[in-house]
Amino acid sequence: MEAFLAQNIDAYYLRIMIFIGINIILALGLNIITGVTGQLSMGHAGFMSLGAYTSAILSMHFATPFFLAVIGGALLAALFGFLIGIPTLRLDGDYLAMVTIGFAEIIRVFFLNFEPGGKAVGLSGIPQNTTFTIVWLIVIVVIILNSKLFKSRVGRSLYAIRENEIAAESCGINTTRMKVLAFTVGSLLGGLGGGLYAHYMYYINPQDFGFMKSIEILNMVVLGGMGSIPGTILGVVILTIAPEMLRVVAEYRLLFYGALLVILMIFRPNGLLGDVRIYDLKKRWGKKEVKPW
Amino acid sequence: MVILEMEKISQEFGGLRAVDGVNLRINEKEIFGIIGPNGAGKTTLFNIITGIYVPIEGNLIFKGQIVNRTAPHDIARLGIGRTFQNIRLFDKLSVLDNVRVGCHGVTHSGFWSGMLGLPSSRKEEKMILARSNELLEMVGLYDKRYEYADNLAYGEQRRLEIARALALKPSLLLLDEPGAGMNSIEKGELMGLIRQIRDEHNITILLVEHDMNLVMNICERIAVLDYGRKIAEGTPSEIKNDDRVIQSYLGVGA
Amino acid sequence: MFWEQLINGLTLGSSYALIALGYTMVYGIVQLINFAHGEIYMFGAFVGLYLVTSGMNIFIALVGAMIFCMLLGMLVERIAYRPLRGKSSRLSALISAIGVSIFLSTLMALYRGTNTTRYPEILGNSSYSLGSIQISSLQIIILLVSAFLMVGLQVMIQKTRIGKAMRACSQDLEASSLMGINVNGVISATFAIGSALAAAGGVMVGIYYNAVWPYMGMMAGMKAFSAAVLGGIGSVPGAMIGGLSLGVMEIMGVAYLSSSYKDAIAFAILILVLIIRPQGLMGQKISKKV
Repeated sequence: MEAFLAQNIDAYYLRIMIFIGINIILALGLNIITGVTGQLSMGHAGFMSLGAYTSAILSMHFATPFFLAVIGGALLAALFGFLIGIPTLRLDGDYLAMVTIGFAEIIRVFFLNFEPGGKAVGLSGIPQNTTFTIVWLIVIVVIILNSKLFKSRVGRSLYAIRENEIAAESCGINTTRMKVLAFTVGSLLGGLGGGLYAHYMYYINPQDFGFMKSIEILNMVVLGGMGSIPGTILGVVILTIAPEMLRVVAEYRLLFYGALLVILMIFRPNGLLGDVRIYDLKKRWGKKEVKPW
Repeated sequence: MVILEMEKISQEFGGLRAVDGVNLRINEKEIFGIIGPNGAGKTTLFNIITGIYVPIEGNLIFKGQIVNRTAPHDIARLGIGRTFQNIRLFDKLSVLDNVRVGCHGVTHSGFWSGMLGLPSSRKEEKMILARSNELLEMVGLYDKRYEYADNLAYGEQRRLEIARALALKPSLLLLDEPGAGMNSIEKGELMGLIRQIRDEHNITILLVEHDMNLVMNICERIAVLDYGRKIAEGTPSEIKNDDRVIQSYLGVGA
Repeated sequence: MFWEQLINGLTLGSSYALIALGYTMVYGIVQLINFAHGEIYMFGAFVGLYLVTSGMNIFIALVGAMIFCMLLGMLVERIAYRPLRGKSSRLSALISAIGVSIFLSTLMALYRGTNTTRYPEILGNSSYSLGSIQISSLQIIILLVSAFLMVGLQVMIQKTRIGKAMRACSQDLEASSLMGINVNGVISATFAIGSALAAAGGVMVGIYYNAVWPYMGMMAGMKAFSAAVLGGIGSVPGAMIGGLSLGVMEIMGVAYLSSSYKDAIAFAILILVLIIRPQGLMGQKISKKV
């Protein structure tokens, strides 16, 4: 498959497609936490980092097969998500935002000082096992599982928490437990994306996973439509391709992101696809049920 | 049979006694009303019953069990449902989904069975759908089940909250100002609905209301709160004629 | 040695306290973590730098920076937060705040480049001895100015009408507006005062550490937030105590433990506080209105 692709599609576009795939996995993870459950997490890059470094070290120093290494990274990220989530999610949502920023910072500082990770110089020589096929197969599986989750009882309870936490409690939902669950699953996907990223890039360093990375992923989720799978994908596509096309104004990219967030929140807090009520569209096309995703 | 008992329940906020030594006994299948001026502590009382606040004094006993410190979601699962004074719907979910979420407390399919679509989960979903549709029929919202909840008219939203609370299969239902903002026709329908809920579903109803007509017509017993204390309790006619109540709340010529 | 480190810690801590006050006052009234607050601090440092290099007296520059940031803070509130008040979820307001933070820090980075700039030597730096303890004139000035500002703030909150209005709003915003208090005005004033204090912190840090750079606000902002949480978010004395404590702990940590994890100390404290005592040292458990 790879050979076929390599012959027929320009390497540059292939690269972008792979990044889109990885970003979709990362963004869908954040989407579960922030878009669906409404808990603002500002440190997603920290989980990506954990997944990346763990899987890389497993591959390089412990001769772990590719799939196991990536899964190992994802599981470690999930574990940290769980540990951070438990004390923090008991409290008001605002705290999670700050704690996650702090967490991502601690991770970054940790890897800057971590010998086996190469410290500031980073880690290179990671076996490049991530392929287009593998990434997109995983993307498809993740999308399907997410979709089924959101239609299920647990998924509904997550949306309920976002909409009105107190009312959710009155329906018998243990909001703290559900929030921790969402956070753990979201971090798992973050770690998964990180592992795939590391094994594609051949080289990683702590700067790749700084605060700006978390902001980029957040923008993807917020832009496309919070809580919505197609919305998140749209956000990823736009924000992965745009910087490529706007190479010229690269320095202004962050300025644009900042302003974009403010403008979106004021005028279209539900993102591009969020407020276009699928209900209205579906009504015209003959379908009836309204879905938040 | 007493279903809910409050023994000298008190709650304090920053030095102010919002609820002060309240004693109440609610019998099974009663329709019991709580009235009183604004700030008398009625909603605070509801919040204590549903576990949102932990009382600083006293005991809260539901079906013989002390539940002072029980968390709100556990209270819901024990069988106490409620509606809210300021409507708390899941705005961006459909009407149907709002009620389906209400079923959460009495269903079980977890993360894995839901995500993987296991048979047990699918069976449960069918049951949830059927039950939710039934409840929506009962409150007259079946036709609007695919609308976004925040698209409904005000009175409809209140009915939706009731349907959602009923999804929990509660044995005790707390209604916080269910008639607020309704016109007299809607209130008439509401009274019918409340009676229907109690009669057909064997649910005890505890309600807070300001509309005296509604309260006097539908409640079998009433307690009056003022400044956090219970100042009177009895049947509607007893309350109507109680001097203290007239003075503090009803006014002359009620 | 210990006492010197303590003084170092208190000096650093004063700047954290000044920033933390802005966070805590805003949070107390509108329940918003003003992510952009760190950038206000950073702008304060730069404006102060600009004024000083233009030849102004340092104290005038300090006041100038405070005034500039007062206006900047009020502008941010007006544009990015007020439209969201009431109708949008807390999540939207938080995201908007982050947007402002990124925008402002990038703006300064584009304008001045990301490198560090030095403050010119203004105040000299003579050393004094109290017994065996060395303290520099700079430290004395910073501690005095900070103390003056903090005391001034307390006096303002407790004794003036606007302070009373602020206290009322932090207890119950809706009730305050029903009582005739101009809530929008109070909120603007709160942002203004918090920003002015942060600006003062920025100028003093710039002088003391002799360095300013566009992203200094991010790190200091997060640490100051940790300080505010440590002291009890929403509590003014809490922010002061939290800030000073954090400064001391950070300096002690570096001196006696390890310097490479310096930045992680504040976050570790944040997480510990949230686990052990979420309401902080002086906070009360906030009950929600249901």
